[in-house]
Amino acid sequence: MMVENLSPPLLEARQVAKHFGGVKALRDVSLSIRQGEVYGLIGPNGAGKTTLFNCLTGLYVPDGGSFIFAGSPLAADAPHEAAARGIARTFQNIRLFGNMTALENVMVGRHLRTRAGVFGAIFRDPKTRAEEAAIQRRAEELLHYVGIADRAWDLANNLSYGDQRRLEIARALATEPKLLCLDEPAAGMNATETAELRRLIEGIRQDGTTVLLIEHDVKLVMGLCDRVAVLDYGEKICEDVPAAVQRDQRVIEAYLGGGHLA
Amino acid sequence: MKWMNSRSAAGIALVAVALVALPFVAAMGGQAWVRIVDFAILYVFLALGLNIVVGLAGLLDLGYVAFYAVGAYVYALLASPHFGLHLPFWAIVPMGAATACVFGVLLGTPTLKLRGDYLAIVTLGFGEIIRIFLNNLNAPVNITNGAQGITLIDPVAIGGFKFSGTTQILGISLSGPQKYYFLLVALAIVVILINLRLQHSRIGRAWQAIREDEVAAKAIGINTRNIKLLAFAMGASFGGVAGGIFSAMQGFVSPESFSLVESISILSMVVLGGMGHIPGVILGAVLLTVLPELLRYGVGPVQQALFGKVLVDPESLRMLIFGLALVLVMRWRPAGLWPSSERRRELAEKT
Ligand SMILES: Nc1ncnc2c1ncn2[C@@H]1O[C@H](COP(=O)(O)OP(=O)(O)OP(=O)(O)O)[C@@H](O)[C@H]1O
Ligand SMILES: [Mg+2]
Repeated sequence: MMVENLSPPLLEARQVAKHFGGVKALRDVSLSIRQGEVYGLIGPNGAGKTTLFNCLTGLYVPDGGSFIFAGSPLAADAPHEAAARGIARTFQNIRLFGNMTALENVMVGRHLRTRAGVFGAIFRDPKTRAEEAAIQRRAEELLHYVGIADRAWDLANNLSYGDQRRLEIARALATEPKLLCLDEPAAGMNATETAELRRLIEGIRQDGTTVLLIEHDVKLVMGLCDRVAVLDYGEKICEDVPAAVQRDQRVIEAYLGGGHLA
Repeated sequence: MKWMNSRSAAGIALVAVALVALPFVAAMGGQAWVRIVDFAILYVFLALGLNIVVGLAGLLDLGYVAFYAVGAYVYALLASPHFGLHLPFWAIVPMGAATACVFGVLLGTPTLKLRGDYLAIVTLGFGEIIRIFLNNLNAPVNITNGAQGITLIDPVAIGGFKFSGTTQILGISLSGPQKYYFLLVALAIVVILINLRLQHSRIGRAWQAIREDEVAAKAIGINTRNIKLLAFAMGASFGGVAGGIFSAMQGFVSPESFSLVESISILSMVVLGGMGHIPGVILGAVLLTVLPELLRYGVGPVQQALFGKVLVDPESLRMLIFGLALVLVMRWRPAGLWPSSERRRELAEKT
């Protein structure tokens, strides 16, 4: 508890609002995520969780509010800048580069942190060659880190579902994020895969990366997260440590209404 | 280099011998055949330039011929009696490439948010605009000489060496088309190398990422705007170089050479051969240049013999063949005639 209060927020959402026509997907959502924690974001289907991710990563422009990341505001509508600032994400409906190998997928993830341009590509000067080798080495390490080193030369399309989810995490890690946002990483995974995923996320936290986790798997969320926020109809209805969230009356109602959280 | 094992070295030697022999073999059928081979290689060059835009970056460009036209006219204007300018080849070609590159960015900028069909329509329009401009820029100031085109364009000359007319080298007599052949092969090898190297580079991977999933590419920090513009610019520069050589080889350019059909032909070469796969694109370009010519030479005489007169104009058969070839390939080999092993595997698994 003491540690939590001392560490400064890495990300602060200030009254972020987003609507699609009449649908208010986010209603003035404010939250703050501390450096080094695993922060859970839960809520029934359609609560606005993915929309918050999309606003945060610049894919959607919020209709109101702002994000403060590592002390300064994030530009809206600039996905690559959000990534450059240190925000990486995975997608609920996996979005890999399907016709590229697993290794290449992670290598592309290094784009942001490397420099070689067209001239380097064509002339392959020693600097470019060294960089290229470093990119490949790092990509191999990351594949190993998430546990799919043996699939390096397979096309992303041909990986199993669980491996695709892990590859997406490796690709996100390749951008050297300060904040890793995972959108339902356990969806479609069996119990063994989920257990491995949990170890992976714990490891990522241990390495110093803050994690923002959307997940429907209650056991995983409650076991892994330091704090949890609950969204319902675009509104944050609760934010607390997992044990307290599970007892919260509004949360129980929201989930009973939405038919979740057994 | 580890890929230079003895087998691939032997393969390369074989290809080299074949490439050297080709213009002499073709000459047995007459110089016209050497010119056809020249054009096949010029189209290889063009198709590989377009492959960067369409095959690697996945941007469907139906106006590619515009850059070819820009390069051709830059050369024509700077090396012909039209303005009385006769700049050397090595000076104009980079200028043509640079001008085409600027046009590539001009086309790219307004289309950055467009994809697929929409992009195709806008690029198609762009190609037509350029052609119409070339057609009409003869008044009030005569720049392009309108539909008449520009004639008496200087042939390629490097130093004192002229690529037109016959010369004796080491006792071997080389015709103009044969000399151009060697120039074109050299340039094609350069463009193949550039393509290969781009494909396996940081930029090439970013292009492929955009092709595969633009949203994901953005999310991992690729500045899709700049990287797409780069693809347009690179592709356009290759088109510009090809245009310059075309101009010099023909000695004559007119807007007619740069019609939509030409754009479609080049795109067909890329798609037919195997989008994004360099050997496939080369095969596509060669097939679609040589086959129609074979027909042209075959169909006329055959009709003459059978019916006593030519019923179907061989030129219109050309488009028919293009269409038929595309339909057949898309039906039976959707990844192209010679796709990369990765694409082939993927399609095999889907069906
Ligand atoms: N691009 C869009 N256009 C229109 N409506 C959208 C769009 N994206 C989201 N919505 C709507 O916004 C609301 C919130 O959607 P969102 O995807 O953020 O929910 P979620 O909490 O991620 O749900 P789930 O658990 O099912 O993934 C939903 O009503 C959804 O239909
Ligand atoms: Mg969602």
